[in-house]
Amino acid sequence: MNKVVSGADEAIRGIADGMTLMLGGFGLCGLPENCIAALVKSGVKELTCISNNAGVDDFGIGLMLKQRQVKKMISSYVGENAEFERQLLSGELEVELIPQGTLATRCMAAGYGMPAIFTPAGIGTEVAIGKEVRNFNGKDYLMELAFEADFAIVKAWKGDTMGNLIYRNTARNFNAVMAMAGKVTIAEVEELVEPGELDPNFVHTPGIYVHRIFEGTGYEKRIEQRTVRKKD
Amino acid sequence: MLDKQGIAKRIAREIKDGYYVNLGIGIPTLVANYIPETMDVVLQSENGLLGMGPFPFEGEEDPDTINAGKQTITMLPGSSIFDSAMSFGMIRAKKVNLTILGAMEVSENGDIANWKIPGKMVKGMGGAMDLVASAENIIVAMQHVNKAGESKLLPECTLPLTGINCVKKIVTELAVLDVLPGGGFKLLERAPGISVEEIINATAGKLIIEGDVPEMVI
Repeated sequence: MNKVVSGADEAIRGIADGMTLMLGGFGLCGLPENCIAALVKSGVKELTCISNNAGVDDFGIGLMLKQRQVKKMISSYVGENAEFERQLLSGELEVELIPQGTLATRCMAAGYGMPAIFTPAGIGTEVAIGKEVRNFNGKDYLMELAFEADFAIVKAWKGDTMGNLIYRNTARNFNAVMAMAGKVTIAEVEELVEPGELDPNFVHTPGIYVHRIFEGTGYEKRIEQRTVRKKD
Repeated sequence: MLDKQGIAKRIAREIKDGYYVNLGIGIPTLVANYIPETMDVVLQSENGLLGMGPFPFEGEEDPDTINAGKQTITMLPGSSIFDSAMSFGMIRAKKVNLTILGAMEVSENGDIANWKIPGKMVKGMGGAMDLVASAENIIVAMQHVNKAGESKLLPECTLPLTGINCVKKIVTELAVLDVLPGGGFKLLERAPGISVEEIINATAGKLIIEGDVPEMVI
């Protein structure tokens, strides 16, 4: 049950042109920085990326966009990225915008082995076009399919060699749902420990969902909106 | 006429003790500043936090602790963290008592448009579609007219919709209005110094006025 790999380069082995990846994080919070750097270095392209956001110009998935490695983004919010907007408006990049809860729950469904979910989000809007609508108890719901991703790449705070993961604060976000949803799940962690060092009561992602794990290095953890108050 | 802070202050009066509240980006975020300290209110941030506190003190920012607007924030005692699926689970299951968000347009039957301007703005809907589709109590905070001087309270939305038949109340710089279940904006209160006439002129959708309309207390 030892799932440890040497680092990001080994962790992303097998990710090939044209594959579908899930990338955890919300904004720039909880991004798998090491794996993104390795993907940029690898030059793999024509990727479909499922991620709530698309990073900023020079951080996160923005780095992969700059290298033109992404064919399609599936996201809920993609502001804050000029290069993204340029590629979108020029038609170089395909984008599917879906509600944030739908995005999260389609990941969840994959991790729970359910083929589809029903959600009211998007009823009566362009998101509903072409989708099956079902009425339950007098209210309309859209049928949304579970995602299928070749790889899910997540970032956790602590992990053990068996793949059990603990996230820190709001960096849990999409990481915990995507960790469950990949055919292969890669976890990079800030601190890798031996089995027994994590209290099982406080494990967020059971190791069964994780296939490869390594301790990342040099986390920048960039802040998107630094908001503070002054001490009186 | 109210400024943004005034709109936020008026909306804060809609919050009740014991509420779980989701605040959207923009004016709604300001509402947090006006919740009376005597009230027990828990703020939900849909990236996965209940118990959002104020911005951190300078030097205490934590990149792992942000709100849905990607701002650095703090967590109050009694906070809880969860993943994005559970976050929208509690929204869909109507555990969140009040949702306050901004809008570009609201129609007289409660439709809302706030995520896209075709050809201009393609940032995405984020969590807005999930929130408006499920929340039972939705208050919109917005300007009554857009920058071109056109009413944002319309018979029908012209922009791509975020949700349908969902907005219950609107607070603008001019007025407080209810969206009636059968359609129409019912004028409840005027902003200080604003006449009913001015509100009529700024409202394109069906406006319902019954009796004297009081000036709002904020």
